[in-house]
Amino acid sequence: MSENGGVEEVYILWISEGMSCDGDSVSITAATLPSLEDVVLGNIPGLPKVHLHNKVLHHSLGGEEFLRPFRQALDDELGAPFVLVIEGSIPNENINGEGYWTSFGNDPATGEPLTINWWIDRLAPKAWAVVAAGTCAAYGGIHAMAGNPTGCMGLADYLGWDFRSAGGIPIVNVPGCPVQPDNFMETVTWLLYQAAGLAPMIPLDEQLRPTWLFGKTVHEGCDRAGYYEQGDFALDYNSPKCQVKIGCWGPVVNCNVTKRGWMDGIGGCPNVGGICIGCTMPGFPDKFMPFMDQPPGGTVSSSFTQAYGAMIRRLRSITNRTVNKEPRWRHNRGELTTGYNPRWPR
Amino acid sequence: MAIREEVPQQARNLVEMSWDPITRIVGNLGIYTKIDFDNREVVECKSTSSIFRGYSVFMKGKDPRDSHFITSRICGICGDNHATCSCYAQQMAYGVKPPPLAEWIVNLGEAAEYMFDHCIFQDNLVFVDFCEQLVRETNPGLLRRAEQTEAPHADVHGYRTIADIMRAFNPFTGDLYKEALQMARLTREMFCLMEGRHVHPSTLYPGGVGTVATPQLFTDYLTRLMRFMDWVKKIVPANDDVFDFFYEALPGYEEVGRRRVLLGCWGSFQDPGVCDYRYQTMNEWGRAMFVTPGVVVDGELVTTALVDINLGIRILLGSSYYEDWENEEMFVERDPLGNPVDRRHPWNQTTIPKPQRRDLEKGPYSWVMSPRWYDRRTGDHLALDTGGGALARLWATALAGLVDIRSSFGAGVRATGESVEITLPKTAATPETRFEWKIPRWSNAIERDRARIYFIAYSAAAAVYFVEKALGLVHAGETKVFEDFEVPEEGIGCGFHEAVRGVLSHHLVIRDGKIANYHPYPPTP
Repeated sequence: MSENGGVEEVYILWISEGMSCDGDSVSITAATLPSLEDVVLGNIPGLPKVHLHNKVLHHSLGGEEFLRPFRQALDDELGAPFVLVIEGSIPNENINGEGYWTSFGNDPATGEPLTINWWIDRLAPKAWAVVAAGTCAAYGGIHAMAGNPTGCMGLADYLGWDFRSAGGIPIVNVPGCPVQPDNFMETVTWLLYQAAGLAPMIPLDEQLRPTWLFGKTVHEGCDRAGYYEQGDFALDYNSPKCQVKIGCWGPVVNCNVTKRGWMDGIGGCPNVGGICIGCTMPGFPDKFMPFMDQPPGGTVSSSFTQAYGAMIRRLRSITNRTVNKEPRWRHNRGELTTGYNPRWPR
Repeated sequence: MAIREEVPQQARNLVEMSWDPITRIVGNLGIYTKIDFDNREVVECKSTSSIFRGYSVFMKGKDPRDSHFITSRICGICGDNHATCSCYAQQMAYGVKPPPLAEWIVNLGEAAEYMFDHCIFQDNLVFVDFCEQLVRETNPGLLRRAEQTEAPHADVHGYRTIADIMRAFNPFTGDLYKEALQMARLTREMFCLMEGRHVHPSTLYPGGVGTVATPQLFTDYLTRLMRFMDWVKKIVPANDDVFDFFYEALPGYEEVGRRRVLLGCWGSFQDPGVCDYRYQTMNEWGRAMFVTPGVVVDGELVTTALVDINLGIRILLGSSYYEDWENEEMFVERDPLGNPVDRRHPWNQTTIPKPQRRDLEKGPYSWVMSPRWYDRRTGDHLALDTGGGALARLWATALAGLVDIRSSFGAGVRATGESVEITLPKTAATPETRFEWKIPRWSNAIERDRARIYFIAYSAAAAVYFVEKALGLVHAGETKVFEDFEVPEEGIGCGFHEAVRGVLSHHLVIRDGKIANYHPYPPTP
């Protein structure tokens, strides 16, 4: 126990064996605010000591050596609380007879593969907090698309939207396909501060997203929104203008990537010419397809802005011409015309 | 191929060993072996992938223009290779050729992806196997020897002994490990400049890119690339030192992970001057790529023709959890040149998942299928590999002797027939440096690892050339990056690309303007 009533050590047990691509694990290695090294090496003041167990990065020889802390957690033998991170959608293993859609290690007694569902059933109730990394784990994501054979879903669909961890915390969803690097590290940082007794309950919205990261839309942070407001739209992908007529869903998508950039402020989506396909949303991907067509709602709002935008643009260009000219008193003639009355003799 | 003399079966005392999950890779992999410790040999090995998501199943009936967005999600470390390859396939199906500047932008994105992935994989995943911590645990004698072995390139990289290099690779504490994490960020910034975001790109489209091609864009990229250059000049010799040490200190180590030379490379980096995405001209633009396509069998270059490569692909079953598609529909009887297309070709595949118990003894035991390449000369279905990608790329390119690019910025790549010369330009801290990758004697673990680090240098040198080409167009005012297209009611397309880990193909069939069939074949299957 720390002096704030929190813990001094936390395990992060990360299972990426859902229906995933490991893109969220890879993504967090790009984070700098804070970076993985910052957290693991204790660079951030006040955070508990972190033991990160992630398949992509872990130095162990793999197999049972890697699984040890996961098995210890099952038997309450870790000696410190743990955060369970799930990456990938959760398949429906009730539809496939003797087989399995995805597994994580084997049952030591029978040698049979253990499904990720088996692990979640046992570990989630013991976890201090449960975090869904990426849209797949949060809401089902791309692998839960119409016509998919595995019947997969998000963590809250599987555990229940009112699930509470051993730490009394709802599932924490950090959506994104993949998760924006710093978004994830910052969420983890909040949880670690909370575990240390240095932060209140993590604020989450109804879709269980951190509010300070997902409270605004792509559009509200997009540096092409100026074109939208002036009713000036790109008609193909050559244009640096607003992309809503060529597939951008930014105005109705909760995500901060246009504001934040992809990594260290570089990159993004519609701000750099890539239509927003709503990859952070519960409706992703089905409600956004075909991606390259104009969203149905875009027609209405864009025709309104086009109506007055042309006039506004004309007025602004007149003003723009005016402010592109310097004031008259900046010259090299033999007289001062700034309005100052000089006292030196002429 | 018998590399060592066979030990009679009855004399063996086999121990079963397994590693599941395998760490420091991407995806779900289990390795199950029987090991003869007396004779220090692995007698049997099965690899199992324990995850199925079913992309080719849920893509049916979707809009073909969604393909690259969806297939990118196949992989979280090389997804952009899928997006790129899918755009190549779509471009063929739609009959559209992107403007040249778009091609240079995609090449720059993909070059940054190679630099990023090989960097993080080699230094933060693979090299942990060579780090001081792990060598101390597994072979303390080797570490003692490494302490006493001077590093031949100490003057370049600054590590006096081999053990010093190994220490620098200790996870999270070693200098090279930490630098590699930083370099993997720098190179991803370069990637994001071209492809929007990583690893699932935002600015790639069939017909071109949405990237805004300003002078600033290329300066932002080039500046980072030149910062990366200093690291490349240091890390290649540092790797060479460690690999050469392993051969010297552990006689016989060349047998580790050794296979018969059966390498496939499907070509990378399109030349917009030649490539029009028509199947009819695919052999020409395939050979114009800045990494040459090729099948290398026992050190011999069998073909560099993408059409031949395409027609030879066969997807077999046997150990996998699927029902066969022998009685399913044929989608493509003949290719656009009139050549017959096999039923087991990806164009004609139907994926029918059949989840079942894992049977490691008799099979099936994996969700991975068994792609082979049909060698017309012998009638064999060759189990080609990619040697981690880089080995096959360098080998095929070296043998073909076609690639010769030179930038006036002082960088270049030249294939000589037996090697690949890579010239990196002078930078603030280091002089111009030339590396030569020579065709090795073996296709084994060490040479796969060595090729990976050389391919970082290859990508860096090629990227300098691509920047120069792109800037040339921008200076000339040719900034168009997207070409409009119509989706046909009926059509087929295929894309060939080199993913980071090697061969990648996407085969697409469109009917009624929707996806009738889509089969991506990346290197790991």
